[in-house]
Amino acid sequence: MPVSVRLPTIMRTHAGGQSEVSAQGSTIGEVINDLVLQFPGTATHLKAPDGGVHKFVNVYLNDEDVRYLGKLDTPVKDGDQVSILPAVAGG
Amino acid sequence: MLVEAHARFPDEMCGFLGGQPEGTGELFVACKNLAASSRTFEIGFDQVKAEDEIQAAGGEIVALVHSHTHTDAYPSPTDVEKSQAVPGWRWLLVSLKHAEPVVRSYTVEGGEIVEEEIVLVDG
Repeated sequence: MPVSVRLPTIMRTHAGGQSEVSAQGSTIGEVINDLVLQFPGTATHLKAPDGGVHKFVNVYLNDEDVRYLGKLDTPVKDGDQVSILPAVAGG
Repeated sequence: MLVEAHARFPDEMCGFLGGQPEGTGELFVACKNLAASSRTFEIGFDQVKAEDEIQAAGGEIVALVHSHTHTDAYPSPTDVEKSQAVPGWRWLLVSLKHAEPVVRSYTVEGGEIVEEEIVLVDG
C-alpha cells in the first residue's frame, strides 16, 4: 500500500528535488527498499552495509522512531507518514 | 539561544537556526534534547516541526545549535563525528563554561573545522 515519505535535504537531489514522495510497502523495510528502487541514489544514504538503516539517518512512522517500534519490520498502513530524518546529535 | 541554554542547564540545549543560505540567521527554534545529558544531545522528530516553522518564516535551516555546559564553544570530537549526518549545516555553539556565555560558529566538513565570524545586525 502507498505511504507518503518525507525525505531529508541530503536525499532530495536523488529524488528529482522532491521533499516528499510516495512509496509502496507493508513494512518500513519494504518502503525503504521501494524508495531505493525508485531513487537508486538514495541507497548510500539510507542503507548500511549490513542491510539495516544507515547510522546517519533515523526513520519515523508518523512521529514515532521505528527503532522503538519494530525497526524494519514495523508495519505500515495506508495513509501513514514515514519520515527519514538525519540523525542529529552531538555533544 | 542564550536564554534556552541557561534554561536547559545542566543539560545541553539544542535547536536550529533558520535563515538564508548565504549565512544570515533570523529565527532560533529550540528542540528537546532526547539525550537529556550535560555531555550529549540528540534531536528527534522535533526537527520536522522546527524545519516547518523555519520554512513558514521564509527561511531554511542554516545551523545546528547546541550548548556546551562546561567546555569551550568549539566542536567536540563527538560533534565532528556526528557532523557527517548533516553536511552543509553550520555548527553554532554556546558555551556556559565561564560566567559570560560565548557563542561561536563553525563549518565542519570532512573533519575540518573552520570558524566563521558572527556579526550581529539590528532588527
